[in-house]
Amino acid sequence: MPTLQTDRLVPRTLHPGAWWLWAIGLTAVASRSRNPLLLLLVLAVAGYVVSARRSDAPWARAFTVFLKIGLVVIVIRTVAQVVLGNPIDGQVLFTLPELPLPDWAAGVTFGGPVTAPSVAAAVTDGLRLATVLACIGAANALANPKRLLAAMPAALYEIGVALVVALSFAPSLVTSVQRIRAARRLRGRPDRGVRGMITVAMPVLEDALERSLALAAAMDSRGYGRRAEVPATTRRTTSMLLLGGLIGISLGVYGLLDATGPAWLGIPVLLLGVVMATGGLALAGRRAVRSRYRPDPWSVPEWLTTAAGAAAVSGVAITGLRDAAALNPDLLPLTGLPLPVAAALGILVAAVPAWVTPRPPRTTPTSPPDPRPSATSTLTQSIDEPDRTTPVTT
Amino acid sequence: MIDFDRVSITYPDAPRTTLSGVDLHVPEGELCLVIGQTGSGKSTLLRAVNGLVPHFTGGTLAGRVTVAGRDTATHPPRDLADVVGVVGQDPTAGFVTDVVEDELAYGMESLGLRSDVMRRRVEETLDLLGLADLRARALSTLSGGQRQRVAIGSVLTSHPSVLVLDEPTSALDPPAAEEVLAALQRLVHDLGITVVLAEHRLERVLQYADRVIHVPGASAPLRIGSPADIMCDAPIAPPVVELGRLAGWSPLPLTIRDARRQADGLRDRLTTISGGDGGRIDNGAHPATPGEQVAVTCDLTVRYGAIAALRGVDFSVHAGEIVALMGRNGAGKSTLLRALTGLSRADGGAARVLGHDPRSLSPRQLVTHVGLVPQQPADLLYADTIAAECTAADRDAQATPGTSRELLDRLVPNLDPDAHPRDLSEGQRLGLVLAIVLVAAPPVLLLDEPTRGLDYAAKARLVTILRELAADGHAIVLATHDVELAASASTRTVVIADGEVVVDAPTAEAVVGSPAFAPQVAKVLAPLPWLTVEHVARTLGAAS
Repeated sequence: MPTLQTDRLVPRTLHPGAWWLWAIGLTAVASRSRNPLLLLLVLAVAGYVVSARRSDAPWARAFTVFLKIGLVVIVIRTVAQVVLGNPIDGQVLFTLPELPLPDWAAGVTFGGPVTAPSVAAAVTDGLRLATVLACIGAANALANPKRLLAAMPAALYEIGVALVVALSFAPSLVTSVQRIRAARRLRGRPDRGVRGMITVAMPVLEDALERSLALAAAMDSRGYGRRAEVPATTRRTTSMLLLGGLIGISLGVYGLLDATGPAWLGIPVLLLGVVMATGGLALAGRRAVRSRYRPDPWSVPEWLTTAAGAAAVSGVAITGLRDAAALNPDLLPLTGLPLPVAAALGILVAAVPAWVTPRPPRTTPTSPPDPRPSATSTLTQSIDEPDRTTPVTT
Repeated sequence: MIDFDRVSITYPDAPRTTLSGVDLHVPEGELCLVIGQTGSGKSTLLRAVNGLVPHFTGGTLAGRVTVAGRDTATHPPRDLADVVGVVGQDPTAGFVTDVVEDELAYGMESLGLRSDVMRRRVEETLDLLGLADLRARALSTLSGGQRQRVAIGSVLTSHPSVLVLDEPTSALDPPAAEEVLAALQRLVHDLGITVVLAEHRLERVLQYADRVIHVPGASAPLRIGSPADIMCDAPIAPPVVELGRLAGWSPLPLTIRDARRQADGLRDRLTTISGGDGGRIDNGAHPATPGEQVAVTCDLTVRYGAIAALRGVDFSVHAGEIVALMGRNGAGKSTLLRALTGLSRADGGAARVLGHDPRSLSPRQLVTHVGLVPQQPADLLYADTIAAECTAADRDAQATPGTSRELLDRLVPNLDPDAHPRDLSEGQRLGLVLAIVLVAAPPVLLLDEPTRGLDYAAKARLVTILRELAADGHAIVLATHDVELAASASTRTVVIADGEVVVDAPTAEAVVGSPAFAPQVAKVLAPLPWLTVEHVARTLGAAS
């Protein structure tokens, strides 16, 4: 396959949609399974693909952050089970002093015996959540979320931009908070505690507002929101189609979920609504004059990546049909955990993108720095704005 | 190309019109420099070119503004995007994407250009501005000069015939500023683009201008003319012009080269007056007697992640001294100031202020030891009136009520106590923040980039204030890119490069002969050690 060969050799970013579909597949697997072996396998596969194919851009560090959050989730879930949960019968590991609770808190226990099965169940539960988080983190690290939004249909473009702006404001908000907290210390006021945080909120909001105004002015000056002239009839048709589509979809979903409704209210109305909405979006797209610079292509590696995600889902689905107990096994003894072949193979196939996708291009300076005067200042850019990388700990 | 026809602009709630009766015609391919004091209406004039005023800011515009035949009354900014490119003061504030190449393409995408056209223009722009190596880089990893060039490139790809820039070099170190100005020069010469540029640092841009528009402010009529005409009597002038006026040179020099060719006589006179030995180096900022050491760092190392911001820095400052801290963007100047206030942790060595580790001091104690005016002075302001701000400052510093108001009146007289701090001009706001910091009487005063956005008058006022403070026994450290400020205010200059101190010497010794850090007067009179016009005037005055 010559296409595959050249695509693989030339570094380029994979279509973000492919990574997200792949990650959604793995997420589905993680949420279906309570088998720790399968969950660990998903984690390993996600981690391997991320380490093989993430770029060096700042957003590619997301995976580690999500892993850390996952660890916290496991710990919280386990501690909550030990302290508050109703124990599942089994071998008692140790007994905590029990706190008598008033009648209205019936059903909640505080302390008491802690059994091995309940701890195992809690850890597995936490692990499942952590794995789901890791899959989302993998998608964030592999595909720039901004590029995914840019691939939206033209009619939804403006909503996409609003999301993009919101996404970039989160980090800049953190920077302002740190800057303004530092300023409080310079004014001789306590920079910690609840009151400190409240007084910081106002200047931070002012700061954010000023930034967004500056950005809005810049975007307006660069042609954001230009409209093509379309005839009034087209505009009216667009509105009719969009409105009709919305009503159709709502009625259709209602019909599907409500078993007592007439049959025609279900799938037929839903389909009609979807068709109308699609037509409306396509027509609305005509008003937008936007074009796309170097849209990410969708070729063999994208198909393979998506297929790998689908394989993982199919594996779990097959196991679910043939041997549902393997997805939700008895956790103890650990040595007796089953490893369903179909699901495990499916998850292993999901590691294939680590080999069949192109490497991402570099986004940070290569070393050694080039001799231009700006090169050194580039390397030390974060120094000028230390708050980006290091929290102010005072 | 740009036509203003009897244009008056009034903002809502403003006591008077910001600009009135402006008639202006800028022909194609001209580099037009807009000068004026802060708050005079320069930015308003620039933003009226692409219709941001009044479409975006509100207010009323009387008269007509047309650009390439399009009236801004009927064309909002987005419909002028293919004719006018606007680059704001802070390029980061206008970035929409996060990779250089995408940012260059963004404007074209909005215009709906064909994808082969976009490919070609991105490549051309990358070459034109020397950005080819940076094409795939994340914007957040770029240096200040690179960001400014990307911002210029991002509007150039739409092939505008007019480029509007608001203080493009104010945040840049001297080499980065030259990088940006060289790129602009090329656009004007090779592509015939009309450039309208506002800048306070005339010493950097005057030599490139074809025409100067002086906005006097207070609705007075604009003065428009060739640089030489306007500079004859403009109240705002770079040091080289001031020196020319002082020496009575004709024609008035606008560049260092012009001035040097006329400077022989002046150099001889100065040498004769000072007795042939080059003169006593005294720029008027020397402390009478060097005081005791108040702040010191010893082998100080600060790291951010894997990058060392400061490596083994030994630095000290004595009472009554004014030290200029210079170096590239990102060399470690701000980090040194942050370490002296305890905002950055030392990873090696130590920082001491009056013998204390600043990190061990509580905020209350800290303000009585060291004061820092940060890069954005507004960060230190919380209240919604000046009066409330002053009261809060007195309380924070446990000073007698009224102390900070007195200080403020000394620094910036006659401010309306009910005005909102955000409505003040840059210079007034800096004065207010200085008053707030000084109310706790810190023996060590640190200022980070204090002259950003200040005009010459405000800068001269700042220098006077700093000298008074130094005479009162304050030790002052200025981190700055402004070589003229360093030359006129400082007694000692410390240059930091890549986290290490490379020069630590009396200012005159440090800057004379340095291509990047020498002020204009020093360049004209080299090898004589006179740094400022004021210094030359004092020497000549003493002789006569």
